Amino acid sequence: MALSVEDVARLSDLARIDLSPQELEHLAPQLEVILEAVARVSELDTEGVEPTSHPLPLRNVFRPDVVQPSLTNAEALAMAPVAEDERFRVPRILGEEQ
Amino acid sequence: MTEILRAAATDLAAAIAAGELSSVEVTRAHLDRIAEVDDRVHAFLHVDTEGALAQAAAVDADRAAGKELGPLAGVPLALKDVLTQRGVPTTAGSKMLEGYLPPYDATVVSRLREAGIVILGKTNMDEFAMGSSTENSAYGPTHNPWDLDRTPGGSGGGSAAALAAFEAPLAIGTDTGGSIRQPAAVTGTVGVKPTYGGVSRYGLIALASSLDQVGPCARNVLDAALLHRVIAGHDPRDSTSAAAAVPDVVGAARHGDVRGMRIGVIRELGGEGYLPAVEQAFHDTVELLSAQGAEVVEVSCPSFDHALSAYYLILPAEASSNLSRFDAMRYGLRVGDDGEHSAEQVMNATRGAGFGAEVKRRIMIGTYALSAGYYDAYYGTAQKVRTLIIRDFDAAFEQVDVLVSPTTPTTAFRLGERVDDPLAMYKYDLCTLPTNLAGNAAGSFPVGLADGLPIGFQVIAPPLADERIYRVGAVLERELRAQWGGPLLDRVPALNGKQEQR
Repeated sequence: MALSVEDVARLSDLARIDLSPQELEHLAPQLEVILEAVARVSELDTEGVEPTSHPLPLRNVFRPDVVQPSLTNAEALAMAPVAEDERFRVPRILGEEQ
Repeated sequence: MTEILRAAATDLAAAIAAGELSSVEVTRAHLDRIAEVDDRVHAFLHVDTEGALAQAAAVDADRAAGKELGPLAGVPLALKDVLTQRGVPTTAGSKMLEGYLPPYDATVVSRLREAGIVILGKTNMDEFAMGSSTENSAYGPTHNPWDLDRTPGGSGGGSAAALAAFEAPLAIGTDTGGSIRQPAAVTGTVGVKPTYGGVSRYGLIALASSLDQVGPCARNVLDAALLHRVIAGHDPRDSTSAAAAVPDVVGAARHGDVRGMRIGVIRELGGEGYLPAVEQAFHDTVELLSAQGAEVVEVSCPSFDHALSAYYLILPAEASSNLSRFDAMRYGLRVGDDGEHSAEQVMNATRGAGFGAEVKRRIMIGTYALSAGYYDAYYGTAQKVRTLIIRDFDAAFEQVDVLVSPTTPTTAFRLGERVDDPLAMYKYDLCTLPTNLAGNAAGSFPVGLADGLPIGFQVIAPPLADERIYRVGAVLERELRAQWGGPLLDRVPALNGKQEQR
């Protein structure tokens, strides 16, 4: 499959990663080589084979519904890029037109 | 001094318990060694001098108070920088987490503390454990003590190099596709990936949650087993933690015996692309095990030829999801927050600035494999191939007790050699990654040198039969040390410019 610079730009958008034009140029052929190699999975006959998502047979696990100590507000906020009024301060979430 | 640095962890702990050495003395000797040689090796991203000496003093005080000490109490350890340690910088080798101080200890760290093990500092690694050479660290590569122009493997190259450079007698690694075993192989050390679920992942910065496993790194088999026992066992804080009893790895390491053991050589892991000297060492080792009473057969795992492809779809898919937590909102790097840009723009700019090239590549591959229209052909098919690989293992383990292969196709490669060829880098994990897909236990043991570079031998056991790895490893260590006249690491070149004494 040919992966164009535009395809990679669309992917980076989905992945929420800003890439420079130079990075897009550099990445496109590399991703193409990797994708060609991993596409070999389709060579095997997997008709009727169940998929495995996890090596263990998992069941959901619950702990007893008992109050346990947890991080204090100060501890939870200590590594925040910006905190304000005991909360995380984040950039605006709405677009200008909204 | 040299004697302390070269000693087994087990012997150091015994000397500390007997009052012949103090933990502070032993810890200081290692801190001095790090100060002396780590400018050339770069195994450590952070050395916690104060914290280590305080932990050591606490062990010495416990001893003075007559408290019973564990079998590794007072011994220093190097911790891979992917596990959280409260108040100690934890970066996972990424600029994204530069300066991050975790507010809690990983369960593995709590268990190390309870065992009286002294944590010297955090070791270098490929960014978010994505890589096979430690060159993807945002803080510069680690150098292989056997040849400083070569890589120590990866992602846990820092932990392995710290052992081979005598900067620490014990280390912790994590293994998603070989990141414990492969660095062990190319540094002449011992590394074991326990059965998936055998060691808690609570506090482990996740790469691929269905593959990641924490494990012990050491310079000999018994030390690795003792460390394995310290960190293993059920943890209610990890929903994938196995409720089963910890296998008797220490007993197995003490009584290495392969008489009557059925050992399977995996046909698919050899041949083209393998260094002849690696294959020769592998065959010699199989002969040795046979001479020690093991029954050797060849087994075929035909789906392994597609393991690399399946792995490099499943891992990026899980990683792209796991790494979405680095969103610049609650912790870690934030760039471009100027009051004008939106949260989404800040997020995209931060991830563009904070992630390195390999992390970006894998997130993009994962995003592609999971995107509408490609999901079935890529991720869905990879999951089915994963089932076929598990079936190959199941069929093999009906015939044999353990499987064996070279740990890596070649010895350590040169720094820079594969940096811009992702596929060549990925192929370095060809022998180790099938185990992660199946959740088996596996370990690597040193079995020789080729042109002065170590060669590793991989032993794979069925899930929850981790002790079999140590049984084989203990026999190899005993027999090979007798042949060599001492440990392989006796031959590692001196790093301090002076002739080091054995």
